[in-house]
Amino acid sequence: MNTEPVDKEAPDRLYTVTAGRGGADEPTLDSVALIVAESEPSPDMQSEHTAILRLCTRPIAVVELSAELELPVSVVRILLADLLDTGAVTARHTTPSTAQEGARHDSDTLKQVLLALQRL
Amino acid sequence: MPSNASEPLITAPGSTTRTAPDRFPLAGTVSSALKIVIVGGFGVGKTTMVGSVSEMRPLSTEEIMTQAGAEVDDLRGTRDKRTTTAAFDFGRITIDSTRVLYLFGAPGQKRFWFLWGQLFIGSLGAIVLVDTARMEDSWYAIDRLEHHGTPFVVAVNRFGPGPDLERVRAALDLSNDVPLLECDARRRESSRDVLVTLVHHLASRERGGFAPKDSM
Repeated sequence: MNTEPVDKEAPDRLYTVTAGRGGADEPTLDSVALIVAESEPSPDMQSEHTAILRLCTRPIAVVELSAELELPVSVVRILLADLLDTGAVTARHTTPSTAQEGARHDSDTLKQVLLALQRL
Repeated sequence: MPSNASEPLITAPGSTTRTAPDRFPLAGTVSSALKIVIVGGFGVGKTTMVGSVSEMRPLSTEEIMTQAGAEVDDLRGTRDKRTTTAAFDFGRITIDSTRVLYLFGAPGQKRFWFLWGQLFIGSLGAIVLVDTARMEDSWYAIDRLEHHGTPFVVAVNRFGPGPDLERVRAALDLSNDVPLLECDARRRESSRDVLVTLVHHLASRERGGFAPKDSM
């Protein structure tokens, strides 16, 4: 388990964690894409990857991983790109992110949201 | 246990008072997630509102601004450049066996707006939380939401006596089709009512088709 919150450290450390990559060559994962582990951590994995695999034995959103790992969301996305590439995790998401906001919900979804709120 | 002693207790109807659990994994069947953003100035009660309705203890994290939200985020560059970091918090409400709603509390100031491009794209809608003592804190957020066509409602978190809602509407230059209500973000039922108002607002837009805002 990674114990040092790397974002509190020098940017050099973030650079190391992500092996110097930005995320531009990857399609951007939505902030609430749900990540699920498909395999066990292996001994040769970097500690952040191991930590992610342990956290996503049940579905967990990208932002929750960010909070648990104490890493900025963009850094978590880069780490996840590696794991997605090797099939160690999969991402569940419905709707791709687009610049078009607000027009993507159907009335059934809204109805279910209302019911859930009324149960609060 | 939550370390913050002022964190509100969450009361479920018909049950004893409890605190939200620290780690509360989603059901294995959940396959899609929705988001609603609560935006407002510092200290207006965003975190309180998230916490009052979340099924888990709210989490906080941060995001760093990447170039224009889409360009190459070369972290080597951060050595020389000033980077903008924005902290935000969030909670969640399970909708049904396959869907979950995430609620984000996010700062509304201009320098934090990159969060929308990087994290909040695709939100169902937004709640602008207003402190009537500092209404100017909300202007930028309202302007951006209108510009992006993101549906929103405005909720005045009442800290004490203040101007009535008609004066708030005028001060914020809100059109009449934007719902405006009062709330007490500490109370679960009150925060829930704000969310319900937003969802009704979304549903009415659905029924009415996609009305361009210049048709007002």
